[in-house]
Amino acid sequence: MSLFNIFDISGSALQAQSVRLNTTSSNLANANSISSSTGETYRARHPVFAPIMKDFGAQDSSVGVKVMGIVESQRPLRREYNPEHPLADEEGFIYLPNVNVVEEMANMISASRAYQTNVEVMNSAKQMLMRTLAIGQ
Amino acid sequence: MPFSFDSYLGVHEPALYIRAKRADVLASNLANVDTPNFKARDIDFNAALNAVTSGQTASMPRATHTNHIQPESFISGYELQYRTPYQTSLDGNTVEHQVEVAAFSDNAMRYLASLRIISGKFNTLRTAIKGQ
Repeated sequence: MSLFNIFDISGSALQAQSVRLNTTSSNLANANSISSSTGETYRARHPVFAPIMKDFGAQDSSVGVKVMGIVESQRPLRREYNPEHPLADEEGFIYLPNVNVVEEMANMISASRAYQTNVEVMNSAKQMLMRTLAIGQ
Repeated sequence: MPFSFDSYLGVHEPALYIRAKRADVLASNLANVDTPNFKARDIDFNAALNAVTSGQTASMPRATHTNHIQPESFISGYELQYRTPYQTSLDGNTVEHQVEVAAFSDNAMRYLASLRIISGKFNTLRTAIKGQ
């Protein structure tokens, strides 16, 4: 029964989107985590999504989504001259994470909308199944 | 004349089957709305229903040996097709949220409609059997 697959598919999407929301909240929480060297500084992290192909070929109708991994952003860190800061290095520089707050907010909205859509899909599938079970009653 | 459920339920039984498959495909599209390079797919309902009801599988290869691989779609008679996006995106993803949501709700409503009709047919039968 293919309607049951919808719960697997949408469930995998919920999982993936919640990982994405998680990384976004980590990035936003650490947007101002200052450190005194490039090695210790927090870098923005993002999940990489990939489809789950159960079957080979294009005719596989149910394709879920999985998180292949989390990658750290390779953008250069922000370096600021602030000799008064307790974490400043010998030259008086502090290092700020390469988190782009505007980008993260857009990511957050996109992730929560996608999450919402998949919950709605699951609700519709549930309704379709419940009505199917009630045939002839 | 023997009674046949197949002819009694008519087109609605294969319709339900294809609708359920299509819901599956559309849910996959919606799940992969943010997956890079994912291509949205859909089932042409009319073509699939025609293929199933007319039993036309002439263009499909036939398995003449038990070891022949027979993809599921060849058995059921529908074919998945790629959707042409209205607006392309930079990451190669062709899923358009609004299109897929609209198609999914439309498909769900039509599924429920077919279901209601089948349900009605069973109730008719039951009334006929009880005779009251």
